[in-house]
Amino acid sequence: MIELKNLGKTFHTKEQEIVALRNIDLTINDGEIFGIIGLSGAGKSTLVRCINLLEKPTSGDVLIDGQSLTQMPRRELLKTRRNIGMIFQGFNLLEQRSVLKNVCYPLEIAKVPKAQAEARARELLQVVGLADRESAYPAQLSGGQKQRVAIARALATNPKYLLCDEATSALDPNTTRSILELLREINRTMGVTIVVITHEMKVIDTICDRVAIIDHSQIAEVGRVSDVFSSPGSDIAKELIMPMAASAPGVSGDRIRIVFDGTSSKKPLIANMIMTCQVAVNILFADLKDVNGACYGHMIIQLPEDERAEQKVLSWLSANGLKYTKEA
Amino acid sequence: MFSDLFYQLLEENMFLTAAWETIYLTVISTVISYGFGVPLGLILCVTDRDGIYPIPWLNKILSVLVNIFRSIPFIILMVAMFPVARLVVGTSVGNKALIFSLVVGAAPYVARMVESSIKEVDRGIIEASQAMGTSNMGIILKVLIPEAKPSLIVGAVISTVTILSYTAMAGTVGAGGLGRIAIAYGHQRFSPDITWVCMILTVIIVQVIQELGMFIAHKTDKRIRNK
Ligand SMILES: Nc1ncnc2c1ncn2[C@@H]1O[C@H](COP(=O)(O)OP(=O)(O)OP(=O)(O)O)[C@@H](O)[C@H]1O
Ligand SMILES: [Mg+2]
Repeated sequence: MIELKNLGKTFHTKEQEIVALRNIDLTINDGEIFGIIGLSGAGKSTLVRCINLLEKPTSGDVLIDGQSLTQMPRRELLKTRRNIGMIFQGFNLLEQRSVLKNVCYPLEIAKVPKAQAEARARELLQVVGLADRESAYPAQLSGGQKQRVAIARALATNPKYLLCDEATSALDPNTTRSILELLREINRTMGVTIVVITHEMKVIDTICDRVAIIDHSQIAEVGRVSDVFSSPGSDIAKELIMPMAASAPGVSGDRIRIVFDGTSSKKPLIANMIMTCQVAVNILFADLKDVNGACYGHMIIQLPEDERAEQKVLSWLSANGLKYTKEA
Repeated sequence: MFSDLFYQLLEENMFLTAAWETIYLTVISTVISYGFGVPLGLILCVTDRDGIYPIPWLNKILSVLVNIFRSIPFIILMVAMFPVARLVVGTSVGNKALIFSLVVGAAPYVARMVESSIKEVDRGIIEASQAMGTSNMGIILKVLIPEAKPSLIVGAVISTVTILSYTAMAGTVGAGGLGRIAIAYGHQRFSPDITWVCMILTVIIVQVIQELGMFIAHKTDKRIRNK
């Protein structure tokens, strides 16, 4: 379990003090994929770097399986870091080492005998699908392949935790998907607890169980991904989930947000509504997804200007068990 | 077309002997300079404000010292070092004293070369190795030096050529080698042909060092895709 207790981080630069993190309280449970999302500069990288103490928090504490990292002697800390793998946006492979030797690196540091280290490295290259590239050098690989090597390297010492700081932000959508799938597989088969930092809702959506939304150095909201999706409480959550909704241009008439929380099935609800009520509604925004036959997500529709027609639509929604809220 | 003195030197095999002496002085001085320059360069890097183990005051002191030595023209530093050489290596004349002075002049230069090569290593790579639990010594030995290797080799080539030119200058104050022949015979006994031959030999030596060094640097650099 990773526990962040009232964590704070302030950077002192020549000109000013920058508060990057303020009163962060978070618990990340074993076995879950935990997402941390926020806009650029919100403090995500600083937060994840505090988890393995690459960044020393200015206040508060980090507990890994109940042990305080800030109180630990340095030698102990270095050992604990071997239990926390990390991958980065920029891959950060050793350029002068072959793929195999990159994966061997953390094992060398842990003083694992060479033959044993290479066997383990080959095993992991198999897992990430790069067994045939072991003698290649990073410069000869694509971005996605580099990230796979980085993942193999991060897993070499059999860590319980894996931190990913924008691990897919430099990759195209297809490669992103395959890396995310790999991460999920690692989570399932090896039981590695994964912390994913990202600014893309899509990433959270695809693999995370729970999510924390960080805004201006503080946690704005934490919860199960499906809960946060279906009823975002904070403004920042709404903004991240429905980027365009806030600024739908030039519409008159009331707008409502319909929330699909998984209770409604695949029935063509909106089509039914339009037919039953005999009104035309305008769909301004929709982000729906199908999880095992249940529908999750949001839709924003513009109601007819006619008062009676509007009432008809609203009562139809209530009758069919759909939750909605009026948009400002 | 050549002077009698030239033929006399050729007869006595003086050019070849002098060339070897130049090479010998250069190699010995370079090796010893690196012996001091590499650790100094590493300390400059590691203790820097954004190094892996910042010690600002130590960094400042070393940096100022290096700058002082680097700003004194080599020939003056060399002459000033002769009395010091007597204290350290027991003599103020001959090759031993000269090598000592050469090293004093070249080590700070080497330190800066090493420092700039090491600083080219990407911060992200250092960070990743820290995240994997590498100690600072481990980072120096397994990350900084190996990752900077091609650049360090290029730096070594440049340093060697610089030290070779120092050796030639040292010929004016008693060192052996091509510099001395050029001064003692070519200049002082009015035989420009001798100076020219010394010059050509020096150019050849520099070319060989340069080509060989660059070849090795290129060969070892794994960032180059097509070889
Ligand atoms: N070493 C540092 N010195 C001073 N300020 C810093 C330092 N590192 C980060 N900051 C500041 O802390 C704040 C949070 O930065 P951080 O890198 O954690 O943001 P982020 O959420 O990861 O952003 P991005 O999505 O752009 O990566 C920013 O205002 C940044 O300028
Ligand atoms: Mg970041």
